[in-house]
Amino acid sequence: MGIVSSGFTGRRGGGKDLPPGQYLTHEFPVLSAGPTPHILTDHWEFTVTTESGEKYKWDWAALMALPSEEITKDIHCVTRWSKLQTTWKGVSLDTLLADVETGADFAMAHSYGGYTTNVPLDDLLDGQSWIAYEYDGEPLDPEHGGPARLLVPHLYFWKSAKWVRGLVLSDTEDLGFWETAGYHEYGDPWKEQRYAGD
Amino acid sequence: MWQVATVADVRRETETARTIVLDVPDWPGHLAGQHLDVRLTAEDGYRASRSYSIASAWSVSSSNTIELTVEQVPGGEVSPYLVEVLKAGDPLEIRGPVGGWFVWKPEQEGPVQLIGGGSGVVPLRAMLRAHADAGTTPVRLLYSVRRPESVIYVSDLKDLAASDDVDVRLVYTREAPAGEPRVGRIDADLIEQYVFKPEDGATTYVCGPTPFVETVADLLVAAGHDPARVRTERFG
Repeated sequence: MGIVSSGFTGRRGGGKDLPPGQYLTHEFPVLSAGPTPHILTDHWEFTVTTESGEKYKWDWAALMALPSEEITKDIHCVTRWSKLQTTWKGVSLDTLLADVETGADFAMAHSYGGYTTNVPLDDLLDGQSWIAYEYDGEPLDPEHGGPARLLVPHLYFWKSAKWVRGLVLSDTEDLGFWETAGYHEYGDPWKEQRYAGD
Repeated sequence: MWQVATVADVRRETETARTIVLDVPDWPGHLAGQHLDVRLTAEDGYRASRSYSIASAWSVSSSNTIELTVEQVPGGEVSPYLVEVLKAGDPLEIRGPVGGWFVWKPEQEGPVQLIGGGSGVVPLRAMLRAHADAGTTPVRLLYSVRRPESVIYVSDLKDLAASDDVDVRLVYTREAPAGEPRVGRIDADLIEQYVFKPEDGATTYVCGPTPFVETVADLLVAAGHDPARVRTERFG
């Protein structure tokens, strides 16, 4: 153990649902690298591009026509706040990728506004990720990533790309926006993989 | 990873904010705008960490001293300790620097537009200091505060504003000092008047509470600024 901060007691009360180094919040803080893009659902499109260059596209109506799921998950931001039992509605990536022919191991999520983040494809499948368009029973606010964001709640929340517009699948792992700016390539909150090398 | 710094000095900035000067024996250096993590440990081993923007610039000739400015968050877990309890001579665990996006480098081309709300001025102050050391491009700071007593770095900003290529404009949202007729938030007119034009090719850094950053970034985009040249950092 390192030094003791004399007179510090702390707030505690996190419990077992909090990964190491996280604190509980009941608010919903915002973290974005630039201005919030305002994308109309009329103009929204989601594209999956495979490693062979084949493209699969959904517009808003096509997304709405897919079976949706109600999702209740804890979310963990690398800036140390966690929010428990958040509720979302969205389409599972299992559904979106069901007919996509790929042998790729990696995905790069791309967003309106230019943001990118890399996630292994396995982490997007088997009920682990969604394209979410409702939060807490309401359409997703632009500042929280609306009209639709990627939701990958088992990784730090920067992986849950706001304003998502597509996935590019690849055999090789490239790094996304924060991952090239010093953050961890994978970002498991339970292993506290915040920064590159953790 | 984590290293132990020593508090060399503490300086009251406002009623709720304090600058902490740290001696860091093995500081690797940092870019203006980066932050670091601070970790507090209670006697029973319980720990809490938070990130804070670095307020000082660093160059190879700097001593191993860095400054943080911390605004006390009401009901916060770590900031009240840093603002009210920590004292000169105390050890403090830190890790960093962190963050490679909200940074300004002296070799970067084009003018620099800084827009800060409240303690969002902290990383911008590091950029101003770095600019004072090595910058040659014009810099403007638009700094929104509630009232005159809320201004962090009062004397420092006066010194910096004396330079020909630095322009500092304060905006008061609740109460202005004598002689300043304008009271109110940053709006489209103010952006038009005091911010570099879209064609000037400036890189703009906006830092502050989320509603402030959302509003300012939207105003910039509406005024024709390229979103790709607007970098934001939000808290709260």
